[in-house]
Amino acid sequence: MSESGRVTARARTDNSPHEWNAQTTRVSPAKSYLRKVLAITWKDVISELRTREIFSAMFVFALLCVFIFQFAFDLQAENTRVLVPGVLWVTIVFSGVLGLNRSFVLEADKGCLDGLLLAPVDRSAIYFGKMLGNLIFMSVVELIILPLFMILFNLPLWHPGILVVIFLGTLGFSAVGTLFSAMAVNTRTREIMLPILLFPVILPVLIAGVRMTGGFLDGTALAEMQNWARLLVGFDIIFLAIALMTFDYVVEE
Amino acid sequence: MKARDIAMLTLDVIAGVAVLIALYMALVWVPDAANLISPDEKVAQHIFYLHMGMNVDAGLGFLVTLIGSVLYLLTRRRIWDMIAVSSAELGVVFATAVLATGSLWARPTWNTWWTWDPRLTTAAIVWLIYIAYLMLRGALEGAEQRARFSAVYGIFAFLSVPLTFMSIRWWRTIHPTVFSGSNPGAQGGFSLGPHIRLTLFVSMIAFALMYAALMAHRVRLEQDAQAVQELKEQLL
Repeated sequence: MSESGRVTARARTDNSPHEWNAQTTRVSPAKSYLRKVLAITWKDVISELRTREIFSAMFVFALLCVFIFQFAFDLQAENTRVLVPGVLWVTIVFSGVLGLNRSFVLEADKGCLDGLLLAPVDRSAIYFGKMLGNLIFMSVVELIILPLFMILFNLPLWHPGILVVIFLGTLGFSAVGTLFSAMAVNTRTREIMLPILLFPVILPVLIAGVRMTGGFLDGTALAEMQNWARLLVGFDIIFLAIALMTFDYVVEE
Repeated sequence: MKARDIAMLTLDVIAGVAVLIALYMALVWVPDAANLISPDEKVAQHIFYLHMGMNVDAGLGFLVTLIGSVLYLLTRRRIWDMIAVSSAELGVVFATAVLATGSLWARPTWNTWWTWDPRLTTAAIVWLIYIAYLMLRGALEGAEQRARFSAVYGIFAFLSVPLTFMSIRWWRTIHPTVFSGSNPGAQGGFSLGPHIRLTLFVSMIAFALMYAALMAHRVRLEQDAQAVQELKEQLL
């Protein structure tokens, strides 16, 4: 497709949906929705690639967490199997909150959010776009600290089950966190508010994540942890759906 | 307004009398539980009736907050937000009392002020969530925005409770060494005598009435505050 063709296709999204559907055969509504979501995510990724503000802060903070836990618990070979799942998840949650905070502070700072809201896209696309961005940032940090945990604590954490659990947990965390972050930036206390709102609500994710990570480390079969897996997936679905339904109310002006 | 005053006063009197009756029944009238041996336990057991009564109030409070939150988002009428915040405040007050009375009861019975039992832990988390709800309200400036945001949070708060309870229960049952079998009757396995059942019933009704009476006053306070605010804006 030529560049000019793409521009007209995009311009048509401004027209009434009826006309637009009749004229474009190449872009289905689902595809165009996905493109809008990815455009918002891409915007966050590009600005992050240029500044590296969020990522570096999350990563250094995660490292500091590891050291603080090391000194607090004196993690030795005989207790790592029991303690490291917890340490890993607390590190993920704490560094994640740091990233989530920035996610909407950046938008609120120079009226970027207003610009975003003026864009001719569905509000849910904005939510998904921001959520996906947060999910990506957190996942990148996790993919770096996980090998680090393996080296430092000599544990087989690079297990497909653990990777899936971390992904599902991060999904639930950013699903709720993105919405709460949009609320927290509007409060007087801004950054301070987010962890207070978020931690009690995402507790099931933390517990299920720690349990399943520990279970996989001990070689427990997935069948024995079915209830945890269901809880994690259930949490993701329920709270993603509610966040989607309520995001409209949070960003409306 | 006149009719409302009379209705509220009537409710106050009924609730007050009911709570007095419940207190009398729970602390004086009802016999000591037959299955308890030590005198400390026997005295502490009387807390149970009030504990359950206040538990009803806390649950009611948070449920009404959820209902108010949903209805506010659907109708955008201020009154639902007022109901939601009033109910959340009452819920937090009663939840605090539930935690405190539970602790007082646990000391002679379980020989500890606190254990990480699923019910206790969930109660503490719920308490924290609604404290966060009130803090969120305190940190928001505009009345309309405050109502909207806290309604959204009120929905999340309530819906996370069953998941939290499930996760904490499984978390505990997987650890068999920490807490198994030392929880006498907490699972409702013992049969209640007629006196105990009646006292429990009266106490729950009395506290529900008290919740209703306090709610009526708290919502009116909120309405008065709004009226004062509007008058102020007119003057300035």
